[in-house]
Amino acid sequence: MKDIKSELEKRILVLDGAMGTMIQRYKLEEEDFRKGWFEEHHHPLQGNNDLLSLTRPDVIREIHAAYFEAGADIAETNTFSGTSIAQADYGLEKYVYDINYHSAKIAREVADEFTSKDQSKPRFVAGSIGPTNRTASISPDVNDPGFRAITFQELVDAYKEQVNGLLDGGVDLLLVETVFDTLNAKAALFAIDEILEERGLKIPVMVSGTITDQSGRTLTGQTTEAFLISVSHMDLLSVGLNCALGASMMRPYLQVLDKKSSFAVSAHPNAGLPNEFGEYDETPEMMAEQIKSFLDEGLVNIIGGCCGTTPDHIKAITELTKEYSPRKIAVL
Amino acid sequence: MSIVTLKLSGLEPLIVTSESNFVNVGERTNVTGSRKFLRLIKEGDFEEALSVARDQVEGGAQIIDINMDEGMIDGKESMVKFLNLIASEPDISRVPVMIDSSKWEIIEAGLQCVQGKGVVNSISLKEGEDIFIEQAKKIKRYGAAVIVMAFDEDGQADSYERRIEICERSYRILVDVVGFAKEDIIFDPNIFPVATGMEEHNDNALDFFRATKWIKENLPGAHVSGGVSNVSFSFRGNNVVREAMHAAFLYHGIQHGMDMGIVNPSMLEVYDDVDKELLQYVEDVLLNRRSDATERLLEYAETVKGEGKVRVVDLSWRENNVNERLKHALVKGITDYIEEDVEESRLQHDRPIEVIEGPLMDGMNVVGDLFGSGKMFLPQVVKSARVMKKAVAYLLPYIEEEKDGVSSSAGKILLATVKGDVHDIGKNIVGVVLGCNNYEVIDMGVMVPHERIIDEAIKQEVDVIGLSGLITPSLDEMVTVAKEMERANLNIPLLIGGATTSRVHTAVKIEEHYTRDQTIHVLDASRSVTVVEQLLGSKKQDFVANLKDDYKKLREHHEKHRQAKPLLSYEAACANSLKIDFNEDEIVRPEQLGIHTVTPSTDDLIPYIDWTPFFRTWELHGKYPDILNDNVVGVEATKLFADAKKMLAQIGSEHWLEHRGVVGLFPASAIGDDIEIYDPEDPDRLVGIQHTIRQQGKKAASVPNIALADFIAPKTTGIQDYIGAFVVTSGIGIEKKIKQFEAEHDDYHSILLKALADRLAEAFAEYLHERVRKEFWGYSKKEHLNNDDLIKEKYVGIRPAPGYPACPDHTEKITLFKLLDAEKRTGVSLTESLAMYPTASVSGWYFANPSSKYFGVGKIDMDQVKSLADRKNLNVDEMAKWLSPNIN
Repeated sequence: MKDIKSELEKRILVLDGAMGTMIQRYKLEEEDFRKGWFEEHHHPLQGNNDLLSLTRPDVIREIHAAYFEAGADIAETNTFSGTSIAQADYGLEKYVYDINYHSAKIAREVADEFTSKDQSKPRFVAGSIGPTNRTASISPDVNDPGFRAITFQELVDAYKEQVNGLLDGGVDLLLVETVFDTLNAKAALFAIDEILEERGLKIPVMVSGTITDQSGRTLTGQTTEAFLISVSHMDLLSVGLNCALGASMMRPYLQVLDKKSSFAVSAHPNAGLPNEFGEYDETPEMMAEQIKSFLDEGLVNIIGGCCGTTPDHIKAITELTKEYSPRKIAVL
Repeated sequence: MSIVTLKLSGLEPLIVTSESNFVNVGERTNVTGSRKFLRLIKEGDFEEALSVARDQVEGGAQIIDINMDEGMIDGKESMVKFLNLIASEPDISRVPVMIDSSKWEIIEAGLQCVQGKGVVNSISLKEGEDIFIEQAKKIKRYGAAVIVMAFDEDGQADSYERRIEICERSYRILVDVVGFAKEDIIFDPNIFPVATGMEEHNDNALDFFRATKWIKENLPGAHVSGGVSNVSFSFRGNNVVREAMHAAFLYHGIQHGMDMGIVNPSMLEVYDDVDKELLQYVEDVLLNRRSDATERLLEYAETVKGEGKVRVVDLSWRENNVNERLKHALVKGITDYIEEDVEESRLQHDRPIEVIEGPLMDGMNVVGDLFGSGKMFLPQVVKSARVMKKAVAYLLPYIEEEKDGVSSSAGKILLATVKGDVHDIGKNIVGVVLGCNNYEVIDMGVMVPHERIIDEAIKQEVDVIGLSGLITPSLDEMVTVAKEMERANLNIPLLIGGATTSRVHTAVKIEEHYTRDQTIHVLDASRSVTVVEQLLGSKKQDFVANLKDDYKKLREHHEKHRQAKPLLSYEAACANSLKIDFNEDEIVRPEQLGIHTVTPSTDDLIPYIDWTPFFRTWELHGKYPDILNDNVVGVEATKLFADAKKMLAQIGSEHWLEHRGVVGLFPASAIGDDIEIYDPEDPDRLVGIQHTIRQQGKKAASVPNIALADFIAPKTTGIQDYIGAFVVTSGIGIEKKIKQFEAEHDDYHSILLKALADRLAEAFAEYLHERVRKEFWGYSKKEHLNNDDLIKEKYVGIRPAPGYPACPDHTEKITLFKLLDAEKRTGVSLTESLAMYPTASVSGWYFANPSSKYFGVGKIDMDQVKSLADRKNLNVDEMAKWLSPNIN
């Protein structure tokens, strides 16, 4: 398999788009989420998208294929909520390993199919590691700011379980994404570092934070640069931003990363901001137009889409990147 | 050399490059360095502790050092809690934190709480390479920079060669073995004192500078930090010299490449502003430029120190006119000439009252202004008041002769310690301070029932009533007074003060019962004047409106907070008790079971005195002995200390006070949350039951809900355990002396004696506890602790006192007194609110189990109150009344 680092030097790599938006198109029912695995489960499971890697692997396979077809270089596994913490809401903590293993395996198989068709464009699989639904540095109880619903160690344990599944399933890299609490991300990195040491393995790691609004800060209050510094103790492949903002709003913060980061810079913005129905309505053309300015400025090395993006968006972005060379990764 | 930057972050980045200025690390959120911060953490006042952190950040600290290494607190828990709270305070958490501990488990717990990139302070090769590597690896994995002390298996580096040897070795391991980022390594190459008089210390500063330079040249990327104030250690007490040394040290340190340091900004002179002659001597020492450098600096230091202190008695003020002399006497608190000066002034005025209204009041106004602006301190003000009282006493016969002593006071204030309480030092200080500000103070003394307070207020037409109390039952009594004032249709403001009172209690429990005028909590004596001025001034309405608003917010906040804190059921709390693995072999049978009386001399007790609270009584804040050299209060603290020592000598040689104590050691067993106490002669005969209270707060996993009963072997184990009890007093004989001082209008010595008696009683408790450990019980015979260790409670076993956090139920004192027949044996009695009289008394229980520790019961629910009432045969309302401060 080709080395992603050498690919990064040659061109701007394209990350795939939204998984959830695509799954919605299939209009799946409760039974789709149970099929073969959870027929008798006591808790409703519809909406727990990560399960589809087990119950409807055909759907997930199709979505990965659609994105690769559109030109994506990297597919994200269907494991955004694949931790025991997130799955506890459904009483499915026990299936965390299966979810991650099978999700990784599906993406791996599709990626290998596409690579074998065109050796000059190797496809990669990134194990998606979400933020969980708990925050390690904010109290959920406004009256008790010292309280924490989750500890660092609990996060580390949960992330280790997820990472083990992803690695066994064959991912090429890991993507700690949608970081709204940097302490959660640090727990994920801690878990990854421990596992890599245990396994004597080296694997590229991407981190992608979320700037929640135009204050330019993460949910837990860090500026983009502070966030960058807080995760720079690992030798990362890239640090970037995703979610919450559309491409144009993300630009000033990508400029900060471009200037300050000695890692590659990634971005996977939403297709604009949601409209009053919660839908993202930026067309591929509109989004590509905004992303063009990133590329003109040479801000990014990896670009893709988050909420609301589709294979059409990724196709437009892929076309665009062909005309540009990647951001120079400076050794600061 | 390439530019290497150390990048840290809180909510915002902190970039340290070789071009950036020296980085100040805030040092006040450190329990080992700040007595105040320690007290706040110990008392669980995290809100105030946060404001210490906030002040530092606002004051320019670029990193805040946080240290919770103190035997009395749970360092790990406090570190976690404080860091978690900081996380929700953006104006603090914008800067990176320095997690400072000598305990790895505290460091690691801290690292798990910070989202930014902080600094660990510190690790070293002290315990060998393996531990060093393991810790460094973890720190790297957590994403923090690290301070490395120049310390190895053979000890702390004390020469240039050792410093660079250890730093280089540490660096190589960090970089080559651990893969630590070079720029994240910060060395602390040990700042040691110079000018100590020992030749081997002459190069201490120079070695640090040279090592710093060597590190910067030879260990690429690494930074250098250090604790600066150490260097001037031998000049404690001479701040002029110390500040000059710090300034010069930093100047040279920075020149040599030091880029970060823990610095006390208030002890720092600007390098250019240091007196050039002094600077030369200081630099001769720091740089070891001449063999006689130390002697020359010492010699010069004497002259700097001598300024203003050499002339023993300066009588030049006697040459001024009489008004100036009176003012001088008042401001300086000199009584020697007061009568002759007052007489001279009287002869110059038509009427004697004019002396008071004229020169004396003018002088007191100066005192009031100086106190208000923080230029005079409480002990001085009390001395001023003594002068004033003497002057007034001298004039009184003349005024009465005229028969028209019209008072021109600014207002009449009635002060009283409420029914059931006997503590009055604070109230007396408030009286003196108000008196100094031209208020007429009617002091009704202690244990004053509400009807007398109200009658007197009406009769004297007072303008303000002030209530004081120290023990928790007094809180309820204050509520009663407020209700009665409402019933009596009084329209005068009510002030609330005393150690257990608080703004929250005043707002939540007292204010609403008295609607006819305002109720206000007054934090300390120094605030009393401004509060009274506002209340009696023309802007009272605005002041009251603001206050009402504040109190309303406090009530709302309290209400929210209260609802947010569900407790465990009593049953669940019992199930989560502390389970000690009692072992027959480990329980020591007391060597002298039974009851013993002890009557030590004052000299026996003096070594056990904890002086810090003594200074606090006088509103002088700081830790003894450092307080004597404090920049702000040092001079006054030193004077006060000298007066205290003098009086202590008299207390001893003239037998002013008698010290009586009783201690009893008994067989005991726990049954549930009760401790059954048996006759030493006949272990089957029950002689008393101590009813203990269990914590009901929700605990983290594996943290127990403790009650004192957990420290005693349960009866069901069949193991015989033991308990002790004691009452001590140092207050026998105090009445007579106090009356004598009051007759002489000498508040200063009256308050001084009371404060000393309190200290002696505490010292007595310490002294007796030690004898119990080593002799009466004898479970800790080989213990060897100095007074500092005792103050830090480093001994084995505890002596919790009824009415304090581990056993907040005052009624247990009745059991304890009965058990020891304490009133007969010591002369200490209990008031109706169960305060001990004389006030200079201490009582408590002894627990010897090594697992026993001090804790706070905190909030409890009615289910436990009901259980207690049942067990104690009291009705529930009565029980609830006694425990009301603890009831959720």
